Amino acid sequence: MPLIAKDARHRIAFTLNGEDVEGYAEPRMLLVDFLRHELGATGTHVGCEHGVCGACTIRVNGRAARACLMLAVQADGKTLDTVEGLAASDGALSPLQQAFHEKFALQCGFCTPGLLMSLGEVIERNPDPSEQDIRIAISGNICRCTGYQEIIDAALAAAAVLRGETPPSQNKD
Amino acid sequence: MKPAAFDYLRPADLDEALDTLHEAGSDAKVMAGGQSLMPMLNMRLLTPSVIVDISDLEALDRIEAVNGHIEIGAAATQASLGEWPELAAKSPLLAEALPNIGHFQTRNRGTVCGSLAHSDPSSELPLCLATLGGGVVLQSKAGSRTVAASDFQTDMLTTDCGPQEMLVAARFPVAEPGAGYAFAEIARRHGDFAIVALAAMVTGETIRLGVGGVADTPQVREWQGLKGGALDDALNAFAWEMGGSDDVHATARYRREIVRRIGRKVIAEAKDAADR
Repeated sequence: MPLIAKDARHRIAFTLNGEDVEGYAEPRMLLVDFLRHELGATGTHVGCEHGVCGACTIRVNGRAARACLMLAVQADGKTLDTVEGLAASDGALSPLQQAFHEKFALQCGFCTPGLLMSLGEVIERNPDPSEQDIRIAISGNICRCTGYQEIIDAALAAAAVLRGETPPSQNKD
Repeated sequence: MKPAAFDYLRPADLDEALDTLHEAGSDAKVMAGGQSLMPMLNMRLLTPSVIVDISDLEALDRIEAVNGHIEIGAAATQASLGEWPELAAKSPLLAEALPNIGHFQTRNRGTVCGSLAHSDPSSELPLCLATLGGGVVLQSKAGSRTVAASDFQTDMLTTDCGPQEMLVAARFPVAEPGAGYAFAEIARRHGDFAIVALAAMVTGETIRLGVGGVADTPQVREWQGLKGGALDDALNAFAWEMGGSDDVHATARYRREIVRRIGRKVIAEAKDAADR
């Protein structure tokens, strides 16, 4: 890629949730802004814009990454996955989304896309995580509603479902 | 919080990157994983005129054990070091320190050399490099040079890397036979910046302790045959010598207490590891 001038908009093409997409961005445009404003993929949320809150977490070539700490130009040619790609085309929720729903793991929902994309990689790489594994894994995702316990319950339940087991009981009383 | 405008170059090879640095000098900034640089751009603490993005340079994406060192290229991520099959055997200290670096999402892109080049005072990798007595390779169009960790990090967020130079590789000494290593970090939450981070190496009667997060750069002391009260006295003197200050995260007194108490603990753990 030759040098891109600061005021030039450059064509950027990548795979987003299995589909080829393209748009134009100046070098300084953040990937998260490109997703939202250029592509209209507003499922990925913008929080702190310096990598701390985790709301903008997406998958880049399979690995969870902060979309606020990447430039749009850096995504060129890569494979990206965002929260929009989790549910099936008929609207059926993924096991992780379903567990979030059942365990009440969200309230306002602002942090949820980042948590889903983070936990997706965690459970793929470690199909049988401990509660502590999940706590450490989501230490980079800030949620101000739930107090995290429901998110941890959901992650463990989703991992169990993906292992083919019956998830732990929903009853907590 | 959006970056100021800059030109962007994804060089085809190292030579093109070094050519650009040669011409642009301090107006250019090298970006590898961007996990420290991007926040600084977003907050406009830095406004370079050109970003040289080396993250996709495969020649720099390497981790290998050569000549008694683990040599890590500038594009190798912290995650790939953590997944390197030989890590636990070749460097127990790095293996123990790595999970403390940020979060797994930032380690997926953040690079080892980028952490060293950024040189945050509380950063784990500069502390490990200093404690192990490693070094870095700096390259420019004029040639390359190797700089010891103790000479590389000169001040808070400041290194000996010149404006036309790039940190192309880090060299961490491979674990010595019979030596024991241990790492500990005190932070409010997992993944936060360390209030104090400590790295210990014990070989026979020799105790080496590195401390990050107190002074402006990692500090390392080495003692011979100290035990009991004498070791406590040495740790206390070390804690005062570093001259830490109060900030929003902790008081200077609290930091000294961590150095005294957790210092004692990591040294004991390193000694246990050496005896195994």
